[in-house]
Amino acid sequence: MKIAPEKLKGRVSRRTFLAGSAGAGLIMGVGVVLPGCSREEAVGEIAQGAASRSFAPTVWFEIAADGGILVNVAKAEMGQHVGTALARVIADELGANWSDIRLNHVDTDPRWGYMVTGGSWSVFTTFAMLSQAGAAGRTVLRDAGAVLLDASPDECTVEDGRVKANGREVSFARIVQKGDISRTFSAEELAAMPLKPASERRFIGHEAQALDIPAKAGGGAVYGLDVELPDMLYAHPLIPPTRYGSSINGIDDTAARDVRGYQQTLVLDDPSGVLQGWAVVIAENFPSAMKAAKAVDVDWTPGPTANVGEADILGEGARLAADKSTGVLVVDDGDVTEAQTNAAKKYNAIYRTGTVLHFTLEPANAVVEFDGGKCHIHAGNQWQSLILPVLAKSLGMEETDIVIHQYYLGGGFGRRLWGDQIIPAALAARALGKPVKIVFQRADDSRFDCTRSASVQQFDASFDDDGKLTGIEHAAAAGWPTLSMAPGFLADGVDGNGKFDPFSISGADHWYTLPNHRVRAINNDLAQRTFLPGWLRSVGPGWVGWGVESFMDELAQLAGQDPIEFRLARLDAAGKNAGKLPESVGGATRLAGVLKDVRERSGWGRELPAGEGLGVAVCHGQERTMPTWIASVAHVTVDPDTRKVRVKKIWQSIDCGTVVHPDGALAQAEGAILWGVSLALHEGATFEDGQVSQRNLDAYTPLRMADVPELDIHFMESTEFPTGLGEPPLVSIPPAIGNAIFAASGIRARDLPIRI
Amino acid sequence: MIEFTLNGEAVSSDSPPDTPLLWVIRDELKLKGTKFGCGIAMCGACTVHLDGAATRSCSTPVADVAGRAITTIEGLATDSGKALQEAWVEEQVPQCGYCQSGQIMQADSLLQDNPHPSDEQITAAMNGNLCRCMAYTRIHKAINTAANGKGAKS
Repeated sequence: MKIAPEKLKGRVSRRTFLAGSAGAGLIMGVGVVLPGCSREEAVGEIAQGAASRSFAPTVWFEIAADGGILVNVAKAEMGQHVGTALARVIADELGANWSDIRLNHVDTDPRWGYMVTGGSWSVFTTFAMLSQAGAAGRTVLRDAGAVLLDASPDECTVEDGRVKANGREVSFARIVQKGDISRTFSAEELAAMPLKPASERRFIGHEAQALDIPAKAGGGAVYGLDVELPDMLYAHPLIPPTRYGSSINGIDDTAARDVRGYQQTLVLDDPSGVLQGWAVVIAENFPSAMKAAKAVDVDWTPGPTANVGEADILGEGARLAADKSTGVLVVDDGDVTEAQTNAAKKYNAIYRTGTVLHFTLEPANAVVEFDGGKCHIHAGNQWQSLILPVLAKSLGMEETDIVIHQYYLGGGFGRRLWGDQIIPAALAARALGKPVKIVFQRADDSRFDCTRSASVQQFDASFDDDGKLTGIEHAAAAGWPTLSMAPGFLADGVDGNGKFDPFSISGADHWYTLPNHRVRAINNDLAQRTFLPGWLRSVGPGWVGWGVESFMDELAQLAGQDPIEFRLARLDAAGKNAGKLPESVGGATRLAGVLKDVRERSGWGRELPAGEGLGVAVCHGQERTMPTWIASVAHVTVDPDTRKVRVKKIWQSIDCGTVVHPDGALAQAEGAILWGVSLALHEGATFEDGQVSQRNLDAYTPLRMADVPELDIHFMESTEFPTGLGEPPLVSIPPAIGNAIFAASGIRARDLPIRI
Repeated sequence: MIEFTLNGEAVSSDSPPDTPLLWVIRDELKLKGTKFGCGIAMCGACTVHLDGAATRSCSTPVADVAGRAITTIEGLATDSGKALQEAWVEEQVPQCGYCQSGQIMQADSLLQDNPHPSDEQITAAMNGNLCRCMAYTRIHKAINTAANGKGAKS
């Protein structure tokens, strides 16, 4: 089927397309012509190799004289093979030969626009634009090829990097060599570009090897930790006892002076306020820095949260969730108060999740150099546009004078959405007048992590005389990442009162039809003051879903109904759950679709031996505005004596619309499902004395190979608009496991990680 | 001065004897394929071969390798090592890729000792190597492919 224009509507702003011969190559891009400039000026500048003065591209690819196609990627590569997926969208519409494609991960030159890689957004937010850019490029090449073939454009076809007509053909390389291309398309013309019907796609939805994999299998892939600059010094952090409010009274480095290569210990003053009470050890090499850091004695006065522990944070969360005067209204459908007043029966449950570390295997690091009035930063980062203004404040520089150069990320998982580890390296590099590389040892990486906040959710259900569910009130309390790091992204309460972190409550606004439904998002202020809450893979839905889907199972149990039938009865796609074009077309019927699919494939309802059980859970991915429809069934065993839980198998059915890179999508699902198992059963940290207590693998224990269950993952056939995939497959796993434990043992797990 | 061979070439280090081998390899001898993960020999990202056996370089003092042979991912030249690297691409194993040098060095050490390991033997040998992206099913499958041929049960 053809992608209807309305499917793209709203996804593309007033962007234009430019194509211009430049040197021996051809440059093409979609972007915004800057105010006061014309498209003609912009395309003229491209030929001079200076696009940035009048044109801010968001898609940018270049065809060289040999036919090689360089696709510039503004997204971070952290394991999702994002460049391959994005390039395949362009290449498909362009009619390129896939083996001609190369990728370039760009720096933070302002011309690349807003840079963020997160939220499982990359394909979703760029698919329409990349498709149009490719189609526009095809049109340019077709028209230029037609001239060389003495044919009319209508007679030409474009495929495999060639324009063909009447039995003759000309390669992209020859078209580019011929030069003299200068074309522009307006936003309207771009929107009207004919896109290929799904049946004619050659790359989207077809198998491909990811372009980043060979280097990663050969040891040649370059990560931030691998960067070296001439004459650089090494910095080792001395992290204060509390995230906020610590101050340094004095430093004794007498013992460190005996360490060969030790230079000095620098106290850092950070005008941005991100670093408080910080110092770094400076040495000629990193082993010396590690040794000296152990020998330096810092006298700190800790901040006010030096005695806060996990139980305090959870206790405050429970208090807030129970107090109906707290929080901001996120959902307020019907009249929950009336349903509760008239209830013949009520039922409530409290679900909690503990602290989780990102534990990116590549620890936090950065190399910073000041050169020619610019600050050059070398570090893998997911949200460059968020940290640049903070760095500008720390350094008292203009944002435009700070450049972050991108590298492969040795794991992102949301940790590298916040580039705070750059600040100490930058302050030290400026103080020393030399390039500085900072490396966090693992325990320091854990102490400085923006952990996933502990959370408490309270659910209050009401029932009528017949035992029918009449309403649910849901309160969720946690530290809010967005409040501390990106307050501009806070959302307004539905009644106009207050602001909330939408990423810390997403998932509560689910697709079940309920007669009365209220959701309160509550900031746990004690959590917020004690540590920096972070976005961790699957973000809000990753812990909100634990409560929503476990409670749904409890309600099914109370009603004496099959958990899948109970859910299907509420996935009726009525009212606001009908969905809309393009991203949520079909609405809750698509969630029902994956639920029925996983029911059939898992053999739901069959007899199992004692101590074994199946559990189900669903999710709609990260947000209602980008639903990825997923249902999971977990098969667990619970040892009757030790209560040890083992996950035998997980079935998952996924409807994410069009799958751009099928094997990459499968890999993301595999990894995210195992993250779900790991968060459910293996990982877990606690705050003690104001800091996270489990700091390395001797105490923090992510899932290993021996713990891997059998996985059976099915992507639904679809040509609908593609949605996100890096995180959603995680969300339904912990509750599916919890619900399976209940089926196997009768024990209801309400805390994550599950310790029954 | 501590002398040893690195990927078949004679090298020397003037670092203090207690310096972890990892940093000598990475920062002194400039081979960056071996990675720093946990620093306590529990993640496996720093795995190299010491006289052919998988060894955690983050916790091995450079003095311990005097006169001995170190192989890193850059110098992996065994038939099994090449087969593993081909299988790693064939099965599209790496996600972020950061742990994969260590995974491959660990797997090659297994195949040197046991050219045709069972599923259980693969898991037992690889359980000390953390993959934070959790690409475990593909790591397992690729070792099976390299050792037992394409289409081997995994």
